[in-house]
Amino acid sequence: MKLSENWLRTFANPDISRDELAHRLTMCGIEVEAIEPVAPPFDKVVVAKVLSVEKHPDADRLNVCRVDAGLPEPLQIVCGAPNVFAGAIVPCALEGATLPAIQIRAAKVRGVMSYGMLCSGKELGIESDIDGLMILPQDAPVGEDFRNYWDLEDHVFDLKLTPNRADCLSILGVAREISAMTGVPVVRPQLSPVEADCSDVPEIAVESPESCPLYLGRVVKGIDLSIPTPQWMQRRLARCGIRPRNIVVDVTNYVMLELGQPMHAYDLAKIGGKIAVRFAKEGEGVLLLNGEEIALSSKQLLIADRNGPIALAGIMGGEGSSVTDATCDIFLEAAFFDPSTMAKARVPNLSTDASYRFERGVDFGMTESAMDYATRLILLACGGCAGPVGEFRAALPARDPIDLRLSRAKRILGIDLSPDAVTSLLKKLGFEFSLRENVFSVVPPSCRFDIRIEEDLVEEIARIYGYDNLAGVRPAAAMSMLAAGESSREVAELRKLMVAKGYFEAISYAFVDAAWEADFCANLDPILLRNPIASQMGAMRSSLIGGLVDALAFNLNRKQSRVRLFETGACFFKRDAAYEQKEMLAGLCYGSAMPEQWGEAARNVDFFDVKSDVEALFSPLAPEFEPLAHPALHPGRSAGVIFGGKIVGVIGELHPKWAQKYDLPKAPVLFEIELEALLKREVPAFSEISKFPPVKRDIAIVVDEKISARSILEVCRSMQASAKVELFDLYRGKGVEAGKKSLAFSITIQDTQKTLLDAEVDVMISQLIEALEKRFDSKLRI
Amino acid sequence: MQNLDILIEQALNDLSRTSDPVELEQIKARYLGKGGAITELLKGLGKLEPDARREAGAAINRAKDAVESRLSERREAIQAAILEKQLAEEALDVTLPGRGQESGGIHPVTRTLERVQAIFHSIGFCSVSGPEIETDFFNFTALNIPEDHPARAMHDTFYVDAEHLLRTHTSPIQIHYMMENAPPVKIIAPGRVYRVDSDATHSPMFHQIEGLWVDEEVNFTHLKGIVSDFLQRFFEREQLKVRFRPSFFPFTEPSAEIDMGCVFCDGEGCRVCSHTGWLEVGGCGMVHPNVLKHVGWDSEKYLGFAFGMGLDRLAMLKYGVNDLRLFFSNDLRFLKQFN
Repeated sequence: MKLSENWLRTFANPDISRDELAHRLTMCGIEVEAIEPVAPPFDKVVVAKVLSVEKHPDADRLNVCRVDAGLPEPLQIVCGAPNVFAGAIVPCALEGATLPAIQIRAAKVRGVMSYGMLCSGKELGIESDIDGLMILPQDAPVGEDFRNYWDLEDHVFDLKLTPNRADCLSILGVAREISAMTGVPVVRPQLSPVEADCSDVPEIAVESPESCPLYLGRVVKGIDLSIPTPQWMQRRLARCGIRPRNIVVDVTNYVMLELGQPMHAYDLAKIGGKIAVRFAKEGEGVLLLNGEEIALSSKQLLIADRNGPIALAGIMGGEGSSVTDATCDIFLEAAFFDPSTMAKARVPNLSTDASYRFERGVDFGMTESAMDYATRLILLACGGCAGPVGEFRAALPARDPIDLRLSRAKRILGIDLSPDAVTSLLKKLGFEFSLRENVFSVVPPSCRFDIRIEEDLVEEIARIYGYDNLAGVRPAAAMSMLAAGESSREVAELRKLMVAKGYFEAISYAFVDAAWEADFCANLDPILLRNPIASQMGAMRSSLIGGLVDALAFNLNRKQSRVRLFETGACFFKRDAAYEQKEMLAGLCYGSAMPEQWGEAARNVDFFDVKSDVEALFSPLAPEFEPLAHPALHPGRSAGVIFGGKIVGVIGELHPKWAQKYDLPKAPVLFEIELEALLKREVPAFSEISKFPPVKRDIAIVVDEKISARSILEVCRSMQASAKVELFDLYRGKGVEAGKKSLAFSITIQDTQKTLLDAEVDVMISQLIEALEKRFDSKLRI
Repeated sequence: MQNLDILIEQALNDLSRTSDPVELEQIKARYLGKGGAITELLKGLGKLEPDARREAGAAINRAKDAVESRLSERREAIQAAILEKQLAEEALDVTLPGRGQESGGIHPVTRTLERVQAIFHSIGFCSVSGPEIETDFFNFTALNIPEDHPARAMHDTFYVDAEHLLRTHTSPIQIHYMMENAPPVKIIAPGRVYRVDSDATHSPMFHQIEGLWVDEEVNFTHLKGIVSDFLQRFFEREQLKVRFRPSFFPFTEPSAEIDMGCVFCDGEGCRVCSHTGWLEVGGCGMVHPNVLKHVGWDSEKYLGFAFGMGLDRLAMLKYGVNDLRLFFSNDLRFLKQFN
């Protein structure tokens, strides 16, 4: 909310600087986000009267003016503005003046001396879009300093108000805070009742008293809308961000800014019959002042006359009953609409100054005063006569006393507070209260919708006591150790492992392009957001793969040739009516297996490089890998990762068709594993170290291509006393028949009970070879 | 004995001349071996008279000693020279780069998270987590934000369906945890959160960390103490100024905005802090009694405080990152700066 400092100081004017005032407001919870001067610096500009205007002898578009600038002699000034006329009162920059863009000197203009400049608002930096001289009211005092006359030594405070502080959505509200903090009194305008001098009493019928427990209406007749709004009022409105319109609308806005009570004025000639406050019927509509036709629902509260809706209550008036230049009689409205009704009645994309206030709570104690104040201002400005106030009254929000226990306040705030101290704080706040046995019974004022329970009062006293005056204290508490079991580990450990393997951690958005879900997960029914920020960020991911592929493409476009990324994060799945969320760890490798370096032949990363990284993640436990078709992956180069009897992840090369679609020159190798499986860990259990020497034998066998290495390893590992079996060579080519492969194993045999004799080992190996022959039709390769 | 002198001199010369270990041994055989010249002389002693034999024997033995001593001297020297040569040949250019895999790096936000966790774990807070697709109840209602409350407008919420949404803050984790546990609790809850907002300072997804301590005697000055201590530890500045400013969150009362002295200008005022000398780093307050009631805890007996901070913001301030969007770009040129 924007507020003029000078206007604010007419209500509460502590003897402190602007910056100090802003700081004090900020520190009591009314954050001053910015302070802007209303005009840039300039000087030597005065109010002046154009005495005569004559054509410049040598220039068609220039005039030579004689100007009374309050100096002993009139000045000769050459002026190029088309709107200059004799008798005009304008701002005039004198010789030696410094304007935002130029310095004014006495100079010849096309041969004629000019001793100053008549100014436009643009040249003074106070209006941005209006060319031509700034024409001032005829009563402006000639010779007066223009900054002073136009009240330009003013600043606009931009307040960032929290939604609970509806009471501060007005000059009066902010002034109350200043008063509470500094002790200066609040000066209010004259709010006394206006005597009725005509007899039209409006008839008011409120059908929903809970939604509108207070409705005041008054007829004002015979006003002259051709009279412009006084400059001072226009200026104040403009500085608070409200564009002046006509005197009636300006007054209602002015009163709203000062007192916080939104008001509305209707053209009396355009409404007829009883004024009703009711909920809309289905099918009803209203054309609003902003030109929008709104279809109404039964949640919307209306002001209606006998012909139908004339306004959306507390939001905006209707076009049909609006006040125009031709209006001479008006119906003025000031009401209290229930905040929760107003919140429910919200029209999408239509937040007005009025609805913003009503939704948060308007001070119903001020409604009557606002009506009188607005009436008085209208009568003062443009004459007319006011009728008596017609009113509807029902039960207004209760302001029941709230108990504030001194002990509770001390316990919450952690400070020592005396009853006197709290008494003084509550007085500063202007709250009504009584005190009995260290319990304050406090009645919240009508403007404070946010004070409902004891804790709210605790905050109030802490606020005025000053948060800065509350010291930070290190708590002394019972110590208890954190429980951390050894059979699981932290994600941080996995991250460290990935980092050691050369991966960088990525963080991608959890909402992705639905196309990624279709391509990489074959998920044609993803979880969709109702209001995505962009269409390609509309689906919740069920896999981290899309994000990593996207990150790869991004980095390849930035000339990175070797990319290794990993990510941990939640993936989302539909499970009947609910959503399941699983933390996953995924990785992607692209480019050379090793960083570019000497002494190592460059080689592109392959499935088995990445498989080793996956094995390292599980180590010392070992998952199994089974061929598995996956929508994202190359069907012949992908595997399911099986752990604890279930598939917990996948690994493989990106399917070539996706590599092509996502503009990747080569296919990356990817993996994705459920985090839960990786966090399990076995608590080690000691086993006896064999005292007997191990024996190592190598064998090589030739088998059919289709035989998996794992099945052969399983047989080798099942032999008696085999301590370790390693596959150390895979060979195809010369010496091995097509369609076959040669696998070489190194087998370490060790008995825990005795030293094995060579003969015994020979028997074991030949038994193994026999078993392999039988199972796989293998041939020993010699 | 002149012959002996000549012989010795010759032997010593021979030994000194060679630098070949094989030749050295051949020379040794020539003089000291079975049929060697000196051995032959010794053999010839038997033919001499005892007196002459003693004299000659002593002379030959002296000569033999001299030759043997020269021999071992030469052996050592030759071995040393060979080793020297080998070492010289084996010398490496130690300035060649090492080989192998390079290290990657964790994300700066994770780096920040781990640091924040370490600080809070050190005083007994434990880390917990919760779902990112939340129900309206956990994200709003249980946190004292009823439907139509204006505060809901402060959270630009992504909706999944009528009841489900992407959590707008980490505070619902508090509710889950309190419902599943008994007081006292002392937790931190980090996580991703989502809001419909996107520009240089807002990302539709970002990270928060939430802290909650509920016990019988936990108060506002403790909150201020913990938050101040944390910021001073995190930014490693003992003198860092921290201030609380009255604010509003539906789930805390009293509530405060957390400001700290600008770490870029030491509070002098600069572009980063909009010339105020202060940076907003989070919100906090005493747990609202309605929140405790929602989880069935006695708000008369238990008091608590909660605080929340943006991890991305902490990371930006700590490492001087000037655009929030970089955190979600997955740009290796950015990520590599944090390994």
